[in-house]
Amino acid sequence: MGKPMKIRAAVKDGVTEVKILMQHEMETGLRKEADGTLVPAWFITEVKAQYQGRTVLEAQFGQSISKNPYLLFHFKGGAAGEKVTVSWVDNKGDTRTDEVAIAA
Amino acid sequence: MSMEIDLGRRKMLKVSGGAGLLALFGSLGLLQSGAALAEWNKNAFSAKNMDEALNALGVIVPENNAASIQLTVPEIAENGSVVPVTVSSSLPNVEQISILVDKNPNVLAANFTIPAGTEGMVTTRVKMGQTANVVALVKADGKFYRVAKEVKVTAGGCGG
Amino acid sequence: MNTSNVNKAILMLALAASCTVQAAENETTDSDRIAAYREMISDGNPAEFDEMRGEELWKTAAGPNQATLEKCDLGKGPGVVKGAYAELPRYFKDTGKVQDLESRLLTCMTTLQGLKEEDISAKPFASEKKASDISSLTTYVVGQSKGIKMAVSVKHPKEKEAYEIGKRIFNYRAGPYDFACSTCHATSGVRIRMQDLPNLSSNKKDAQSAYTSWPAYRVSQGLTRSFQWRLNDCFRQQRFPEPKFASEATVALTMFLAVSANGAKYDGPGLKR
Repeated sequence: MGKPMKIRAAVKDGVTEVKILMQHEMETGLRKEADGTLVPAWFITEVKAQYQGRTVLEAQFGQSISKNPYLLFHFKGGAAGEKVTVSWVDNKGDTRTDEVAIAA
Repeated sequence: MSMEIDLGRRKMLKVSGGAGLLALFGSLGLLQSGAALAEWNKNAFSAKNMDEALNALGVIVPENNAASIQLTVPEIAENGSVVPVTVSSSLPNVEQISILVDKNPNVLAANFTIPAGTEGMVTTRVKMGQTANVVALVKADGKFYRVAKEVKVTAGGCGG
Repeated sequence: MNTSNVNKAILMLALAASCTVQAAENETTDSDRIAAYREMISDGNPAEFDEMRGEELWKTAAGPNQATLEKCDLGKGPGVVKGAYAELPRYFKDTGKVQDLESRLLTCMTTLQGLKEEDISAKPFASEKKASDISSLTTYVVGQSKGIKMAVSVKHPKEKEAYEIGKRIFNYRAGPYDFACSTCHATSGVRIRMQDLPNLSSNKKDAQSAYTSWPAYRVSQGLTRSFQWRLNDCFRQQRFPEPKFASEATVALTMFLAVSANGAKYDGPGLKR
């Protein structure tokens, strides 16, 4: 299982702002070790954020997303205490799901 | 779509080796057909140049439309491994936002599906191997729009 | 959101326009652009993951004694982490020494947990392959001083002595290049390539912002770096021999730099290029 994410969600004027920081190496598959061997590609391919069972963002990533990926987006609705759930899958099939309560 | 769900299910089983995680995903609705992850666009993410990537994304002729898309990137990135990118659009019914880097080995960095109720705005961070153009592609009401900006990538010094 | 973005864009355009005019006569433009870049990446600092790891280590029983570090006295009493870093280095009665955070953690890990100092010191810094426990613990502890004003004391004679020694080390020229810390860090307005060099000697603001933003996550390395690591890297760049981890010399130099930052709010762990 992947390492935990840091998720922050806060609602203001009927719009919820979500910030996600994922913990992942995001290896491009093009980097070489000191001895010349290629480090295999290892990166998050899909991210999905849900609020009350409703999908609020879907992302597909390639190798060019930075190590420890960061996402910020806004969706309409949300109330303090309600949950936002985020899941990711990487190219090796590893996954991680975390959730956070929306702050006022 | 159902094939993808099976694939996802197998992936999870392989990793978790148990039903606990599967149950968790099930209860979160991630495995229900309507909520299944869309298929990862392998062709688009393997594209080696801008034309290939746009083709694989189903873009025919994107309109250059700087007025309706705001692309916020630094003029200079102190380090190419973290380049912040914000794409925001005032167009109604934004369905999709893509971020591309024209000189990267794989030009497509990210592809976002924006459901109704989510604002047409996203921020993320991309890697850049060298000074290049960052391209924001926005699909709204079935039409594609794009805007590009150059980011200079500098070699780091010491200290800091 | 959209209107504010538009406003931001207009502001940036205006800035860009005014910068082009100045470009011919000085270099403020690039510094401004780099400052803008740093501002843009300041949110979402991966050092938070190292803080999480450190907190877990702090609370987990380890070593031959199977003890946690929750009774570790960082100067504000056993187990008090909040605000401790803002008052370090300081004199500790039990060891009779002035200690910075890392040397104090060494004391706690050896006395409370029964770990061997040479084992901890053998791997004091994180690498791409392996995290370092003492480095993660450091990240956790400093994070608990975020927003707290730096107040490092030099009242105790030993503290005063460490400060004076640190000041001498800062100005001590040696090595194959005849370098001192002060060669690069005692003049205002100088830089190496794109990086402005802070004047740590006579510019209070520079000294404060440099010290209060370390430890930091280095995006170029993908790792959170401690202050001892930072000093090591300075010595490396001066072509000095590598200092011993948590040695008296590094603690004294840290003392000098920490006191120079007094009065500023601690703002780490930082995020750097």
